[in-house]
Amino acid sequence: MSSETKQILTTDGIPLEVSLKKAEKKNKIKAFLLVAPLLLFLVITYIFPIGDMFMRSVDDKMITNMLPKTFKAMEKWENLEELPPEEVYRSFYEDYKLLAENQQHGKLGQRLNKEKNGFNTITKKLFRQIKRNKIDESVSIKEQINKLHKRWRNVEYWLAIKRTAPPYTVAKYLKGMDMYFDSDGSITQVEEDRRIHRILWLRTLEIAFFVTLFSFFMGYPIAHLLATLPMKYSNLLMICVLLPFWTSLLVRTASWMILLQQQGLVNDFFVMIGLVGDDNRPEMMYNKVGTYVAMTQILLPFMVLPLYSVMKTISPSLMRAGKSLGGTPFVAFWKVYFPLTIPGIGAGCLLVFILAIGYYITPALVGGASGTLISNQIAFHMKTTLDWSFASAMGLMLLTGVLVIYWIYNKLVGVDNIKLG
Amino acid sequence: MALPSYTETRYRIWHYIYLSICTFVFFFLIAPLFVIFPLSFNAEEFLVFSEGMKNLDPDAFSLRWYKDMIYGTKNPWGLAAKNSFIIAIFATIGSIILGTLAALGLSSRHMPYKGLIMATLISPMIVPLIISGVAIFFFMAKAGLAATHTGIVLAHIILGTPFVVITVTATLSGFDHSVTRAAASLGSNPVNTFMKITLPLILPGVISGGLFAFVTSFDEVVVVLFLAGLENTTIPIQMWTGLREQLSPTILAVATCLILLSTLILISAELLRRRSERLRGINR
Repeated sequence: MSSETKQILTTDGIPLEVSLKKAEKKNKIKAFLLVAPLLLFLVITYIFPIGDMFMRSVDDKMITNMLPKTFKAMEKWENLEELPPEEVYRSFYEDYKLLAENQQHGKLGQRLNKEKNGFNTITKKLFRQIKRNKIDESVSIKEQINKLHKRWRNVEYWLAIKRTAPPYTVAKYLKGMDMYFDSDGSITQVEEDRRIHRILWLRTLEIAFFVTLFSFFMGYPIAHLLATLPMKYSNLLMICVLLPFWTSLLVRTASWMILLQQQGLVNDFFVMIGLVGDDNRPEMMYNKVGTYVAMTQILLPFMVLPLYSVMKTISPSLMRAGKSLGGTPFVAFWKVYFPLTIPGIGAGCLLVFILAIGYYITPALVGGASGTLISNQIAFHMKTTLDWSFASAMGLMLLTGVLVIYWIYNKLVGVDNIKLG
Repeated sequence: MALPSYTETRYRIWHYIYLSICTFVFFFLIAPLFVIFPLSFNAEEFLVFSEGMKNLDPDAFSLRWYKDMIYGTKNPWGLAAKNSFIIAIFATIGSIILGTLAALGLSSRHMPYKGLIMATLISPMIVPLIISGVAIFFFMAKAGLAATHTGIVLAHIILGTPFVVITVTATLSGFDHSVTRAAASLGSNPVNTFMKITLPLILPGVISGGLFAFVTSFDEVVVVLFLAGLENTTIPIQMWTGLREQLSPTILAVATCLILLSTLILISAELLRRRSERLRGINR
């Protein structure tokens, strides 16, 4: 059968294959056009700004723009063991003079001082000389600058300037992991008592992990109960899960603040059953206990709902079959029921973990100092210290972690299988 | 769940342990919400149950915090509530339009790169809010939309659309496409088909997605904290400031109103879910 003779034609005489392909392509474009407005909107307002965060986090152009001539001249500085040539000195002097005229020299001194200690003193010294017009531009600038301070004669300091030349830096990321570039440019850890960020990362992971664990142990039994009870009872009990789910996060946090305060109902109850003395009420808020309790209650619905939707699909006859084949209820549960719920467990745990790892509001309100997480630190740098590039760097480090988990989640359950309510 | 009469004692014990664990967890979930009700009617300024309240003395209860919420001069709750509703309503409308269109495209079997696009559209739900907040703030600051209602509405559309996309896609998964083809074969144009056939059928999904978007916007505090100026204050911002500074009974009055609102939303969401299942012929 040759294709030429047997080719099927549509009524307009076009081969069916071509016509079909055209129609398919049209459908493809139609489908894409429907998605396009949202996709475009998200790309512009959301995806690009996340890219912008990355640019900010690695940006180090300030100094590059301050010393343009110097860095240009330094390209010709070949023997790095020795002091740079006269040309570098002269360019640096010219750049610095311009900065001094625009009152920008202080910023440069501070930035260089971060790179190598002691820079602030010697740049100030140079500034005073320039102000008094003591520098004679007709003779060697190198000699004049070198005479100002012995540090200008130390090649280390010139190497430090050279190191700041690239417009991009990963210093903020290192800072987020409590590391920095030391004077010879190698990566060093900060002293042990100043490693605050590492503590925060570990605490964030710890809290997210335990909140997930608690939610799992509390969520599994009730999801099972909801899935096995007759409809009319389970619908009523479902409200207990759904009402908190729909209620404002701040309202739920407020109620925990009332319950957990020192004169609160939980402490009243402990005093009543004689667990603690009335004058000796434990502090349950503004520490990790408060964070754990409140976050577990707030995130529990996110564990129960995926578990419930999986358990609902498991036929009760499977358990009966397991039992009738000689398994005790425990064996039947462990070997038959539990493995079938694993997709739900995966979905619930990853959802709770992802949400917990980025939590901000609840820890900030009930966590106190020992309950703050990495998100609080990001907010702090955004609003208080205004170190936006550092906040961006830490945000992206957190985002990377979450995306890895999201990817695993996608592999295990698929994003389109997320069920709400 | 009555146990059969032949159950051995140890399984009987286990069963009761299981039931008591469940009772405890349900209590843990729901009880905190009910603490707020009585305390919001407290006649005193303290956030503990007074002796009078414990004895159910009518004088210990009052509506003064509700009055303070509505008429209090220092409290910007009126402005906050107005802003919250305006922002939430516009954000919901935006989310519904963009989300429903995208869901329609995504459920078409001709859609190219479905997985990747779906992942992108859902991402604002997965990315921690603090990161979304920083990113959106950078965009709004550059676009000159920081501290404007427009900026906050756009931000909430970003956060709200994933819910609409998810619920509408779920509704469309059980959708019988032959009905739209039937409409087309009877001479209806695509827009007409959508308005008369598709939309009524997927409406429950659209509305429940819209409810999610509404609640997301109405509760949202992290992103708003970055974006809002004094003029744009919302209920969550006022709650947040109030909770940080000092827990006042007025906040509890507001919280009670919010719980009532969420109860209403829960009821509508449940009714919609059932209607949607009935329409799609899913019987459980």
